[in-house]
Amino acid sequence: MVETQNKDNNIISLQSVSKQYGNETVLQNVNFNVQAGECIVLVGHNGAGKTTLMKLMLGLTRPSSGTVKVLKGDPVLSTAVEQRLSLGYLPESVAFYDAMTGREVLTFYADLKGASQRECNDLLELVGLSDAAMRKVGTYSKGMRQRLGLAQAMLGDPQLLFLDEPTTGLDPLLRQHFYELIDNLHKDGTTSIISSHALNEVEARASRFVIMKAGIIVACGTLDELYHQVALPTRIKLSVKPGQAAAVAERLGSSVNIALVNNESLSLSCLKEEKMSLIRHISSLGEVVHDLHIMPPRLDEVYSYFMSGEAS
Amino acid sequence: MKMIWVLALKELRDGLRNRWVAAAIILLGTLAFALSLMGSAPTGSVRVSALDITVINLASLSVYLIPLIALMLSFDALVGEFERGTMLLLLTYPVTRWQVIMGKFLGHLFILFVAIFAGYGGALLFMIFMAGGSTEGWQAYVMMMSSSLILGAVFIALGYLVSVLVKERATAIGSAIGLWLIFVVLYDLILFGALLLDKEQIIGQKLFSILMLVSPTDSYRILNLSMFEGVSQSAGLAGIASQAGMSGTLLLSVMLLWVIVPLATTLFVFHRREL
Repeated sequence: MVETQNKDNNIISLQSVSKQYGNETVLQNVNFNVQAGECIVLVGHNGAGKTTLMKLMLGLTRPSSGTVKVLKGDPVLSTAVEQRLSLGYLPESVAFYDAMTGREVLTFYADLKGASQRECNDLLELVGLSDAAMRKVGTYSKGMRQRLGLAQAMLGDPQLLFLDEPTTGLDPLLRQHFYELIDNLHKDGTTSIISSHALNEVEARASRFVIMKAGIIVACGTLDELYHQVALPTRIKLSVKPGQAAAVAERLGSSVNIALVNNESLSLSCLKEEKMSLIRHISSLGEVVHDLHIMPPRLDEVYSYFMSGEAS
Repeated sequence: MKMIWVLALKELRDGLRNRWVAAAIILLGTLAFALSLMGSAPTGSVRVSALDITVINLASLSVYLIPLIALMLSFDALVGEFERGTMLLLLTYPVTRWQVIMGKFLGHLFILFVAIFAGYGGALLFMIFMAGGSTEGWQAYVMMMSSSLILGAVFIALGYLVSVLVKERATAIGSAIGLWLIFVVLYDLILFGALLLDKEQIIGQKLFSILMLVSPTDSYRILNLSMFEGVSQSAGLAGIASQAGMSGTLLLSVMLLWVIVPLATTLFVFHRREL
């Protein structure tokens, strides 16, 4: 498969989209495309415009200016109603009809989406709510609501999933389970847009990241592209023969940033481009180096770099 | 159409679950039953059907009760879903906004239909049984039940309008009660007060008829108390409506207009609403 920036492959396309609520500008000149099969992760502070961006793509609200295209057309128009058969949405802090049981809630949504009762049962099983299906949703814990929310989002095999803070309120085991579900959907070609604060969780999954700050997309790209863009250093930790740390530091020279940790370990940092030559240099030192540990920059570092306002 | 059906069924199930339907049937049934017992008392020497008397009594009470029940059913319909956040999710499903309104409307109307026809209808069967199978005057009674449903529809629609306009549920409750007071109590009170104070007779008969006609509750009263001869004679209102040039069709049209206009306005506001 060759990945090309083929325009026809975009299933979401936003062009110079701005959104104001009264005098408050929530989104400003947002341009961004999503191709089928991608997993986009939106990151940013609360109030950065992630939820508004999702609502625009879902057709719940209209842009003040610019155009939004999702699947075949404008999601706000009544002609987009049919398209919603292939959308799934899990809102942030999802709310249900509390007096209904879990099964009743899911059946109601399934009827609207033309999904079968069997699919409901399968989904309840999948999210682990089979035993609680006959209980009123009002008695559910936050995690159970979230799982029911995920189940309804997955009704009718959606092509496109919008998940707003999907893992809040889930315990670590459920989080893992949740990401397995997302991974499986992904293998089937589902496109997903996820907003999240849990950067370490989404790091490995996203095909692209969109970093938002005060209604503006400050960065957008794969993890590699972002590292490159921010020029954050890769850190290398060296373990050397006891007492040799200073000597090794001297031999590596002044071209790299070196910090002595103690007399048997050092911490180096270098940019991505210099990494390989540095490693070759280290291996030429011979027996004196016991071990080395490479730590690439993490998403949260990239994130805080953009958030601290250093980005131009 | 299927979507409207799914949404209407949900409202109906909600009504059954939270005992709204049961409570309304019991309330209306008890009332009709008690009034039917009272209605059968004066008959005998006087040539009046028990059903006619009951129609007068029930219609006079329904004009207060049905709007109250309808508003209680409907005031929460939209603002409640906005406030709880369920509307957000619902509108990402393949439903249009007018389907949401129509689905809710049909669901609530059906709850009211069940309550009126089970409650009042039960009393009707009881009265026919007590009268030894005589069905004299049933037309007026059925007209009373049907127009009660339309009166209910008017206040369901008005309840939605309140529900889509206000920001909080608490405001919606207050506004619904205010609406009830205005339409059911205050309007007539002010109208009759003005008539009493009007020594120079500025309010002529024509203007007065129009002022009565524009109120859905007065239309309902006139419709039930003066359209059938037996009833209008007992009510002492014989020929009043026809004198004022009000036909049954006109009165019904006014009431239907009071359903359509608030519903259409609700839809218009809902369409422009951003979530």
